[in-house]
Amino acid sequence: MPELAGTADAALDAVDARAAAPRVLPIEARGIVLRRAGRTILDDVHVRIASHGITTLMGPNGAGKSMLLRVLAALVTPDAGQVNWSGAAPRRALRRALGFVFQKPVLLRRSALANIRYALRVAGHGRAQSLARAREALAFAGLTHLARSPARLLSGGEQQRLAIARALALEPEAIFLDEPTSNLDPASTAHIETLIREVTAAGRKVVLVTHDVGQARRLADEITFMHHGRIVENAPAATFFDAPASDAARAFLTGQIVL
Amino acid sequence: MQDFSAAFGEGWRLMLALDPELIEIVALSLQVSLGAVALAALIGLPLGALLAVLRFPGRQGVIVFLNALMGLPPVVVGLSVYLLLSRAGPLGPLGLLYTPEAMIVAQTILVTPIIAALARQSVEDLKGEYEEQLTVLGVGPLAAVFTLLWDGRYSLITALLAGFGRAVAEVGAVIIVGGNIAHVTRVMTTTIALETSKGDLALAMGLGLILVSITIAVNALVGGLRLTAARSAYA
Repeated sequence: MPELAGTADAALDAVDARAAAPRVLPIEARGIVLRRAGRTILDDVHVRIASHGITTLMGPNGAGKSMLLRVLAALVTPDAGQVNWSGAAPRRALRRALGFVFQKPVLLRRSALANIRYALRVAGHGRAQSLARAREALAFAGLTHLARSPARLLSGGEQQRLAIARALALEPEAIFLDEPTSNLDPASTAHIETLIREVTAAGRKVVLVTHDVGQARRLADEITFMHHGRIVENAPAATFFDAPASDAARAFLTGQIVL
Repeated sequence: MQDFSAAFGEGWRLMLALDPELIEIVALSLQVSLGAVALAALIGLPLGALLAVLRFPGRQGVIVFLNALMGLPPVVVGLSVYLLLSRAGPLGPLGLLYTPEAMIVAQTILVTPIIAALARQSVEDLKGEYEEQLTVLGVGPLAAVFTLLWDGRYSLITALLAGFGRAVAEVGAVIIVGGNIAHVTRVMTTTIALETSKGDLALAMGLGLILVSITIAVNALVGGLRLTAARSAYA
């Protein structure tokens, strides 16, 4: 019964492929409390990140957006509550399945190309493969002409694109972006928003922190609105923008100062 | 004053004539001090990096102690190594006293804290910047240390040069454990110290000129490195 054997092989291959690409989704947080210097920064936060598309964490400054992102990425340990990656406690083997781009990109003291190759080499890719994939990632971010430039001499927008390209080179299942376009000019912002759309088109989950309402309108599929360390609304983007349920979100969307 | 200008002229003459005795002394000086810096780098760089990365009780005390060791008096180091290596000392049977090896050991002890302390500082600064990024890239602790050392290479080279500057210019340690034996353990500083007291000012002055040139060259190198690093934003 050769067909049957073939089917079994195919099934085994599929299992291998899943094992080779560890899954980090769904990312779940339950009862997260985080206190710093006597202030409660996150106050009993529950959130589940699973669906495809772009989830936008929105809210005024100090709402706890960036801190929640760090907690979800297991960069910060909460004072109470539990974070799970695909049903279990976060572990290093899953790290590379979750890309993280910081508000101020952290680039190594090497060339743009070497920054991406570094991430690939650490992930266990060989010389030739890391070079090929790093070139691909640079091309994706439109940085091929800057491959040999010292990464830290690139402009703000180029640095942010390089950081995104480096995270994507590892082919993560999800990518977290912490205010990637704050402090950038409109052209760079547009460039990065295009990149983000292409990332989701490739089937990756994006969680984007922003306090730019326009950006959220342009990109978000789902909005998670935070205020005073709590999630006050979690809704599909269309619903949220048409009929925000909370006073804080209404005020925020109409451009009032939310305290 | 006449003595000075005569010695100064004679010093230049010896230097320009590549006087064999002078060359021999300079060569041994470089050999001893570069050897000491190489050994100190092997110990000091990993030590500094580990101290920057590891968290353990009493760490702050160790750092304060290490920083204090940067100012270790050379004569005290010389005396300690002398006692260790002297015939009756614990390492006496090795027969190292009054050899270039003993001088290398003494200067290594002198230079290691300088390199370790400076490496600790620069690796720790870099770690503050890189830590979260390396974590999200899934970099393990050991790989992280190598990354921090490599990306801190410019400041680490500066630390090595600082160590070399200290080693090549010190006299207290090498004179005690080396003994300034002609053709065996004579280095620039010991020769200057002893030839001056014997009245042979020309040789002393020639060596002094070379020593000052080396110091200037080391500092120029540090400046050049800083400039290179700043130009590519690698500092």
